[in-house]
Amino acid sequence: MIVKVNGNEVVLEKAISLKELLVVQQVRTPEYVTVQLNNEFISAGSFEDTLIKDGDEIEFLYFMGGGQAL
Amino acid sequence: MIILTKEHYRRILAHALDSLPLEACGLLVGSIEEDVKIVKKVYGLTNMDQSPEHFTMDPREQFDVMKDARKSGLVVLGNFHSHPATPARPSAEDMRLAYDPEASYLILSLRDQEKPVLKSFRIREREVEEEPITILSGNDSFEEKAFS
Ligand SMILES: [Zn+2]
Repeated sequence: MIVKVNGNEVVLEKAISLKELLVVQQVRTPEYVTVQLNNEFISAGSFEDTLIKDGDEIEFLYFMGGGQAL
Repeated sequence: MIILTKEHYRRILAHALDSLPLEACGLLVGSIEEDVKIVKKVYGLTNMDQSPEHFTMDPREQFDVMKDARKSGLVVLGNFHSHPATPARPSAEDMRLAYDPEASYLILSLRDQEKPVLKSFRIREREVEEEPITILSGNDSFEEKAFS
């Protein structure tokens, strides 16, 4: 099946979860990415249970923030 | 190396000054040619923390910028934030929260508002490396868009 990840087509051999997809995408800190699946925000707690379907559009980006230590 | 125009710089500075006393943040969009990042657009984003010492970008705005960039055949090159009262170098917290190894992290210090200092860094696994910035005097290809 073919999905789109951040606008790029990605071919997947089998259905995988969002969590596994982030591993394939070499995301080292999945707890610090924000994900949209077909324009809907997916909470980090649901990455494991969310299965990717053919034609899905997945967007992810890293948390962006900083500041002085609390 | 990251290249921006004077107008891009003015846009970053204006967003930072407008946001005082809070930290300001935003994204830089453009293209990468032979390892050189060329800024084409500057986006001022909302600091969700509304704090003079912290910032968190609004992910909804981040997604909008990313998709807008893609439509123009561009990519998000990095981000900027201001330090209203401290020097232009990443704080320990900035390093801890820098998760994107590809991004340029620009910091604008307003400690001396007469002499703002803009620096760029790459941050990988809390290792910080300063990245040279070139500011071009011309204002060709200047485009801007702000959410706030
Ligand atoms: Zn900072």
